[in-house]
Amino acid sequence: MSSALLVLSAFLASAVETVEALTIVLAAGVARGWRSALAGLGAALLALAVVVAALGPGLTVVPLRDLRLFVGALLLVFGLQWLRKAILRAAGFKALHDEQAVFAHELEGARGAAGVERAGVDWYGFTLAFKGVLLEGLEVAFIVVAFGSTQGSVPLAAAGAALAVVLVGAVGVAVRAPLARVPENTIKFAVGVLLTSFGIFWAGEGAGVRWPGSDAALLAVVAFVVAASGALVVRLRHDRPRLLALEADA
Amino acid sequence: MSRIAAFGRFWWGFVVGDDWTTAVAVVALIGSTDALAHDAVNAWWLLPPAVVAALYASLRRAIRR
Repeated sequence: MSSALLVLSAFLASAVETVEALTIVLAAGVARGWRSALAGLGAALLALAVVVAALGPGLTVVPLRDLRLFVGALLLVFGLQWLRKAILRAAGFKALHDEQAVFAHELEGARGAAGVERAGVDWYGFTLAFKGVLLEGLEVAFIVVAFGSTQGSVPLAAAGAALAVVLVGAVGVAVRAPLARVPENTIKFAVGVLLTSFGIFWAGEGAGVRWPGSDAALLAVVAFVVAASGALVVRLRHDRPRLLALEADA
Repeated sequence: MSRIAAFGRFWWGFVVGDDWTTAVAVVALIGSTDALAHDAVNAWWLLPPAVVAALYASLRRAIRR
């Protein structure tokens, strides 16, 4: 059960980050040429694979209770960032992520940059694609290593993430446009809930908690975080006019 | 030195983000759970609602900013 949630978390996080990375690679490819964009994409994927391969096995030698305490705390802090942004978006306090707007912005920047060729590729296009994929992918690598090492299966988490990269990549190649119709904000909300729930569960275990129902308690924690996050969205939506008026008066 | 500082800043921003008080609250809550466990109290009930309270406080700070 927790293995299924582990794969789902890695898959969803990877899917949403791949959609964002794809937008940047598309902008680099359209504006600066596909050779440099694909070289940047390949180099970044290689760097991410090295990060996962180097850190994953290293963490599995740490005693499980210490690992769950450390990883749980990290996931909790990291997951609360995702969840806070998702709730602010859902409640109307933060703009929804718009891939078309990001694509237009990146395209404008890429078209306006000077052309410098290094090692046979356009350097701006290469670095734009490399940095975009590396930065978006680093969050996925972090989740894969954290989930995989704590659950004792880095390859399983990596497979969930890789499946999302392949699926989103295939759709991206087919439509050759930013995937603006993917419900990114909803997926980010789900990932925030899962990261926070796993963080609570593992940090609790690491701190000596014996969850009622053992591993099945994870589902109850997920349900609790979903319900609480939903209630926070409703509360903030309700308070939004008053809070905005207060801000305007200040 | 500036590269090391930039590296540190990147990872701080990556994990903790723009609200360090939430990270402090998380560490304090996990520490409290651990302390209760040492006193033979199985405090499974502490983290879930306390984390939601920390999240709510963080949301209010973000809105005020």
